[in-house]
Amino acid sequence: MVVNSSPEVDGRAPLPPALEARSLCKEVSSPEGLLTILDSVSFTVLPAETVAIVGPSGAGKSTLLSLLAGLDVPTRGTVRLCGSDLSGEDEDGRARLRAAFVGFVFQSFHLLPSLTAVEQVMLPLELSGVTDARERAVAALNEVGLEARLRHYPRQLSGGEQQRVAIARAFVTRPRVLFADEPTGNLDAASGDTVANLLFGLNALAGTTLVLVTHQRELALRCQRRLNLAAGRLLPE
Amino acid sequence: MKALRFAALAYWRDLRAGELAVLITALAVAVAALSAVGFFTDRLARAMAEQAGEVLAADLRLESGHPLDGNGRYSAEATRRGLATARVLSFASMVYAGSEGHLASLRGVSPAYPLRGRVRLAAEPFGPAHEAAGAPPAGTLWVDGRLLASLGLPVGGSLTIGTRAFTVGAVLDYRPDQGSGFADLSPSVVLGIDDLESTGLIQPGSRATWALLVAGTPDAVADFAAWLKPVHGAGERLVEAREASNQLDSALGRSARFLSLAVLATLVLAAISVAITARRYAVRHRDAAALLRCLGSSRRFVFVVSTIELGFAALTATAAGCLLGLAAQWALARLLGDLLTGALPAPSWRPALAALATTMLIMLGFALAPLLELSDTPPARVLSRNLEPRRLRHGIPYVLAVLALMAILVFLLRDTRLVVYAALGLGVAGIIYFLAGLGLVRLAGRLRGSAGVAWRYGMANLARRQAASAVQIVAFGLGLTVLLLLLVVRNDLLREWHASLPPDAPNHFVINIQPGETTALHEFFRVHGIAQPTLYPWVRARLTDVNGVAVGDLRLTSERARAFAEREQNLSWSATLPADNRLTAGAWWGPGAGREPEVSVASEYSEDLGIKPGDRMGFDVAGERIEARVANVRKVRWDGFRPNFFLLFRPGVLDSSAGTYMTSFYVAPAARPMLVQFIHQFPTVTLFDVDAILSQVRSVLDRAALGVESVSLFTLVAGIIVLLAMVEASQDERRFESATLRALGASRSLILISVATEFASLGALSGVLAAAASTAAHYALSSRLMALPYHPDPWPWLIGPVAGTLLVGAAGVLAARRVVNTSPALVLRAG
Repeated sequence: MVVNSSPEVDGRAPLPPALEARSLCKEVSSPEGLLTILDSVSFTVLPAETVAIVGPSGAGKSTLLSLLAGLDVPTRGTVRLCGSDLSGEDEDGRARLRAAFVGFVFQSFHLLPSLTAVEQVMLPLELSGVTDARERAVAALNEVGLEARLRHYPRQLSGGEQQRVAIARAFVTRPRVLFADEPTGNLDAASGDTVANLLFGLNALAGTTLVLVTHQRELALRCQRRLNLAAGRLLPE
Repeated sequence: MKALRFAALAYWRDLRAGELAVLITALAVAVAALSAVGFFTDRLARAMAEQAGEVLAADLRLESGHPLDGNGRYSAEATRRGLATARVLSFASMVYAGSEGHLASLRGVSPAYPLRGRVRLAAEPFGPAHEAAGAPPAGTLWVDGRLLASLGLPVGGSLTIGTRAFTVGAVLDYRPDQGSGFADLSPSVVLGIDDLESTGLIQPGSRATWALLVAGTPDAVADFAAWLKPVHGAGERLVEAREASNQLDSALGRSARFLSLAVLATLVLAAISVAITARRYAVRHRDAAALLRCLGSSRRFVFVVSTIELGFAALTATAAGCLLGLAAQWALARLLGDLLTGALPAPSWRPALAALATTMLIMLGFALAPLLELSDTPPARVLSRNLEPRRLRHGIPYVLAVLALMAILVFLLRDTRLVVYAALGLGVAGIIYFLAGLGLVRLAGRLRGSAGVAWRYGMANLARRQAASAVQIVAFGLGLTVLLLLLVVRNDLLREWHASLPPDAPNHFVINIQPGETTALHEFFRVHGIAQPTLYPWVRARLTDVNGVAVGDLRLTSERARAFAEREQNLSWSATLPADNRLTAGAWWGPGAGREPEVSVASEYSEDLGIKPGDRMGFDVAGERIEARVANVRKVRWDGFRPNFFLLFRPGVLDSSAGTYMTSFYVAPAARPMLVQFIHQFPTVTLFDVDAILSQVRSVLDRAALGVESVSLFTLVAGIIVLLAMVEASQDERRFESATLRALGASRSLILISVATEFASLGALSGVLAAAASTAAHYALSSRLMALPYHPDPWPWLIGPVAGTLLVGAAGVLAARRVVNTSPALVLRAG
C-alpha cells in the first residue's frame, strides 16, 4: 500500500489530493452468503496524476471506480474527493460533488439515443446552467476532431466516434477528476489508439486527474501509476 | 427554472425521436372522445328538453279551472324576465255544420301560441301537411281532419260554435300539445282566444281550462317557476316541461348513458396505454437517468424533469384532443342539424379544462409510479447495466391507479352507486384476470410439447415471464373487455330501437270500437290491404280495495299511486303475454288454468301500490264488483306504440262486461286519404293519428344511433392505440433476445413464428377472459344501467378469442418484424 504525501507547488497552499481512499470495504449479500468485493483498500491520488486500476475480471475494479466516483457507497471506509468526504454526503450531496469535480468515460459510451453529438456534449453544461452551452460543446467536439459530425445521432457514428463524443462530453465541463471505465474496451486497435491519445492529450492540457480501469496493458503503461487489484485487495505498486 | 428549461429541451428531443408519440396519441383520443361526447350529451339533453317542451307547447304551463292571472301580474312578471308568454283557453263543446253536430275540444289561443314546437296544417283531411305559426286569423278555424271527415265539411265551409259562425281556414294535422295519450278524446278545433270568448259559451261556472304558457332560457324559466310557486293561487296548477313524460325520455336517456359508457371505456383504454407507454418511457430513460445522476443531477431533479416532460406531453395531447374534439363537435352538430332549433353556443373553455383535468388524473394515476421509480435509478448503473431502480413498495402504483380511476369515474358518472359498481367491477376484473392469467400461463407452459422449436420457444417465453405475461393479459383483457362490452351493449341498444320502432310501427290508434263493429272493421282492413290488427277489449273500471282494504284507506305516497287508486282504469284481457311485456314476478296463466278470476298488473302499479302476486284486488266494473287474485307482475314497454294496459285479466273474467275494443295499425302515407272513408264508415269510433309524433321520435333515434356509432369509433381507436403501445413496449423487450437468437443462428422466420406464438397465445387467453367478463358485465349493465332486457349474446365468445389471437399476434409480429430487420450486430454492439 502506498500513501503519497501532499505536494507543495511553488510554495503556495497545498492542493488537497484529488482522491483519498481509506480502508474501503464493499460487501454484498448473495445466495451463498456475504460476498466481499473490496477489502481494506487505501490509497491517494494527487492532482493531475494518471492512474490505472488493473486486475483480472472480478477483482473489484469497477466497484472501486464506482465508490471513488460516489456512484455507490462503501460498506466501510471513506473516500475524499478533492478534499470532500463522500461518505458524509447523501446521494444528492454526492451528485453535487460529481457535478462540481467529476467527468466520466464509459466502455459502452452511454450516449443517449435521442440526442445528436452536439446535444450529448451540451448535456452536462445544460445541467449546470451554462448559457453558451452550444458554443462550448461545438468547441469540445472540434478538439476531438468531430466538427463534421455535430448533428449526427449515436446510431450514425462509429464506435470510435461515439467514444470521442463521450470524451468531449467528459472534458467539456473541465472536471478536476476524470474516471474512465475500459474506455477502449469496445474499440478496435486504431480507434483505441485515437481515443487513448485524446484522453492523455486532454489530460495533459487541462491538468485533469485521470483514473482509468483497463484490461489493456499498453493503456495501463501510459499511466503514471498502476493500482493492482486481486480478489478485492490492493497489491503493492 | 433550470428543470423547466431542461425538461423543455428533453421534451423537444424525445418528441423528435418519436419517444412520446403513442402516449400523446392515446391521451389525445381520450380527450377528443371526452370533449365530443360532452358536447353530444349536452345537445341530447337540449333535444330532450325541446321535446318535453313540445308536449306543453311551452317550457312552463300554469293552468286553472277559472280565469287566471286576472290582473296580468304573472304575464307582466314573465315579460319583465324576458320570457315569452301565450294564453290558451280550452273546453269541450258541440260544434255544428248545418244541423249536423259533433263534440269537439275547442282551443282558443293567443297569437304567440305555440311557444315550443310548430302547428302543422293541411289543405284537406289526411293530406300532406306544412308547418304554420300563430293563431288562426279572426273568424277562421283550424279543424281536426277527423271532425271534418265526420261532418262531411270541406275547407272553406262554415262551422257554428255557440252563437257565432266561423270559416274553416285549414285542416289541423298536428299541434305540439296534443299529447300521444287519450287525454283529449274529441277532435280539436283551434281558433283565436278572442274569437272563442265571443262565442258566448263561457259562462260563470263553465268547465273550462285557462292556461298561461311561458318559455325562455332554462335559467330564466327556472327562476320564474321559483317566483311563481309561492304566489300562484290554490286552484292553479304549475306544470314544468321536464315533468311531462314522452316516449323519447328512455331512449335518449339510454343513449346518453351509453355515450358515458363509451367515454369511460375510452378513458380506461387510454389509461392502459398511458400505463404501458409511461413504463416504457421509464425503462428507456433509465440509462439517461443514471447518466444524469452520474453527471451530478439530484434524484429530485430527475423526477421533476421527467414529470414536467410528461406534463408537456399531457398538455400537447389535451390541445390536440380538444382540436379533434372540436372537429367532432362540428360534425355532430351538423349531424343533429334540424333536430336542434336553438342556436349552438360557442365552444367554451370548460370542456378543455375538464379534459385537461382528466388527462392529468390519468397521468398521475398511471405515469407517476414509473417516474418515481425512474428517479430512483442508481447512478452506478452507468458501470453496471443490470442495476435497476427499486420497485415502489406497498402497492403504491396500484393505489395511485385505483385512486385516479375512482376520481375519473366520479368526475364522469357523478353517481356514487354507479362509481362503486364500476370501480368494484374493474378492480375485481383486474384481480381475476391476473390470477386467471397466471393460471393459464402456467398451463400453457406445460403445453410446450414437441410442436417445433418456434412453438416451444414462444411458450417457454410466456411461462418464463409468468408475472409479466399475466400483467399483459390484464391489459389486453381489460381492453378487449371494454370493446366487447361496448359492442354488445351497442347491439342491444340499436336492436331495441329498431324493435321499438320498425318502419311499420302502428301510427294510428282506434278506440271505442263497438263489439258489433269488429267484423266490419276486419273487413275494412282486408279490403284496404292493411294487416289485421289484434283487437283488445277495453273496459273502464275503478279500483275499490286491495286485500280487503278500501282504496281510501290505503297509504299512498306518490302522485301516480293516487291516480291509480282514484281514477278510472282501463282494463283488458288476454290469453297470452303481449309482445311488449315481460314477466318480473309470478307466472302467466296457462290455457287450462282454474276458474278463479286472475289479474296481471304492470310493474308501475305493483311498485306504487305495493301489490305483489297473491294479493287480491277488487274492482267496480259498471256497478258490478269483481275480485281477482294477482297472478303476476309485468314490465311493460310503453314506447312501442302498441296498446298496452296496466291491468290485464285472464279471459273469461270480464267477458260479460265487455264495453268496447281498441287497436292500433299502420297506414302508409300514400294510403292516408282512405282514413276519411274509415271515419264515415265507423262514425262512433275515435281515431288517433300519432304519425307526426312517431316520425319525430324516429328522427331523434336515428341521430342518437348515429351519435352512438361515431362515438364508438373513438373507443375502437383507443383500443388500437393500446395495441400500438404494446407493440412499442414489447419491441424494446425483444431487441436483445432476438439479436442473440439470430446471432446463434435462428432464422428470421423462426423468431417471427415464436413471437407470434407467444403473442397469439396471450391474445387468445385474454380473449377468453374478456368474453367471460364482458358477458357478466353485459348481464349486469343491461338491467341496471341501460334498462334493457338481457339477451345472451354469443358474439363475444367468438370475437374475443379470435380478435385477441389475431390482433395481439399481429401486434407481436409487427414488433418483432422491426427488430429482426435490424442487424443483430448493430443491436448487440449498441449494448
